[in-house]
Amino acid sequence: MDVTGVLIAFGKIFIVFNALMGAVAFMTWVERRVSGIIQYRLGPNRVGPWGLLQPIADGIKFIQKKDILPDDAYKPFYILAPALAVVPALFAFVVIPFGPEVVLFGRKVSLVILDMDGGLLWGFAATALGVYALVLAGWASRSKFSLMGGLRSSAQMISYELPLALSIASVVLMAGTLRPTEIVAQQAGWIHHWYIFRGFPLLGFLLFTIAGYAETNRVPFDLPEAEGELVAGYHTEYSGMRFAAFFMAEYVNMMTSSALGVTLFLGGWQLGFPVPLEGWPLWILQILAFVVKVAFFQFLFVWVRWTLPRFRYDQLMNLGWKGLFPLSLVNLATTAVLVTLNLNVAR
Amino acid sequence: MQVFAFYVLTILTLASALVVVTHRNPVVSAVALAFNLVSIAGFYILLGAQFIGLLQVIVYAGAIMVLILFVIMLLNLSEEVQPHPAGTFQRVLAPAATLVFAIVLGRALWRGAPSSFPPAAEGFGTAAVLGRELFTRYYYPFEVISLLLVVAMVGAVLLAKRKLT
Amino acid sequence: MIDPRLVLVLSGVLFALGAAGVLLRRGAISILMCVELMLNAANLAFITFSRLRGGPEAQIYVFFVMTLAAAEAAAGLAIVIALFRLRGTTDVDEISLLKW
Repeated sequence: MDVTGVLIAFGKIFIVFNALMGAVAFMTWVERRVSGIIQYRLGPNRVGPWGLLQPIADGIKFIQKKDILPDDAYKPFYILAPALAVVPALFAFVVIPFGPEVVLFGRKVSLVILDMDGGLLWGFAATALGVYALVLAGWASRSKFSLMGGLRSSAQMISYELPLALSIASVVLMAGTLRPTEIVAQQAGWIHHWYIFRGFPLLGFLLFTIAGYAETNRVPFDLPEAEGELVAGYHTEYSGMRFAAFFMAEYVNMMTSSALGVTLFLGGWQLGFPVPLEGWPLWILQILAFVVKVAFFQFLFVWVRWTLPRFRYDQLMNLGWKGLFPLSLVNLATTAVLVTLNLNVAR
Repeated sequence: MQVFAFYVLTILTLASALVVVTHRNPVVSAVALAFNLVSIAGFYILLGAQFIGLLQVIVYAGAIMVLILFVIMLLNLSEEVQPHPAGTFQRVLAPAATLVFAIVLGRALWRGAPSSFPPAAEGFGTAAVLGRELFTRYYYPFEVISLLLVVAMVGAVLLAKRKLT
Repeated sequence: MIDPRLVLVLSGVLFALGAAGVLLRRGAISILMCVELMLNAANLAFITFSRLRGGPEAQIYVFFVMTLAAAEAAAGLAIVIALFRLRGTTDVDEISLLKW
């Protein structure tokens, strides 16, 4: 039994889990303040300096709410759905490399929880499983709004999985591997090695980002859960901590989407320029680079949400099937041609 | 460790399969089937076929089962009702017949395999090896099956369309 | 270590359960789901044999079976929807147009 190895694995899980949960709490604050700035008003600024303790206040509010179980709801699935929302989102983060290979306690530790050959597929599979929570929540609530919202949400998520997968496929085509650590390693050196600039520049990244917005049910694709449209869609009948679980799940999904995008297109933890440092200072800098990139992606999520109006559902589905999907096929075909001709693809 | 995972997965698979076959409510059946598919994917990964295991989760559990759930919910299917509740004879015979069938199959399969796995080949179950086979030896079936998928798609859309009278 | 014979027996049991479901269930979609169960049992046996033989051929078969199952599920569900529109029920005992 390799005790140090097991402890290191647990340590990684502990760090990633806590960082994710802390980031989720932080994101709620960021969302409200940034939306305030965009809408020319102050966000929450009463609780703590600059309102930084607002997430804690929100958490206490959610916890102390009465736990309501609708009489008519199908209890097993009603209770299962919020948990089922959070778990796949967290699972997808397991394969994301958040740092380089460090030397800890005299052994090399690569800063990724699970380094498997099909790592990218694991991330995608976990995102695909997240659909069940929406469907089950919508159905188990036994309410018309919930059912329609749940079905629409999941149909949207399924439809946009295609452009997402195809944009990932274009990167995999250039990288020749499904292992996230290798994909990040191939983007080492100067910034022009990042996959966002290789192959057909920017198109894959754009497709991934837009599909990511639709996958996480964020504006402009949040009709299924928008107020005034379907009350609150699949989480209409949920309140208190159960609603907080869905809320958290949405933010963790955003994190996963951002982290995947950063790993694939923005070079993961690579700095983008050579730095004359060695050992721990360099590694800390690289982990920080990863965090900054994910934060940028998250800010993009929030920025787009509060700037654009939302799509109507049929416009949404049209965009997915008749716009993004052919475009992602074109992207894949172009990347294939460029890989064959070896243009703008090699390091 | 592997044996422990194997037994846990076996129990999960069998339990969810039983729920699929016996539960009256089709939605519960569908969710149990999704769970079953994910545990079978666990089996695949345990046996070393990671690519197929992850594909199983993405395609089977993540797309096909969601499709089935959609149709069940859109058609608003309620619980199955037996007009004549099964008599004692049927209630004993059905599980007994299933058991006999399972025993016959199990015995036949038991003879067909050695008692332990050989070590996995290098790169077994990775996308690279499978991709190479798929695009060289099995290229023709690969093209045919993409054609088949298009046909199935067109057929499904046509069959499910409302007649515009 | 894991005994491959146990895995094969498990796939046999799953197949038997699926077959029982196909014969005993009344809802058309439930029958479809039990068919999927049978297909998965076969896939499990395929993967076991692939590991025993050491080659990737059986995994290719599983790949094709999965794709076929997807196509079949889509077409089958479309048929069920069309039938539901016609008869108002998916109960296979009611959909007996050819019965005298």
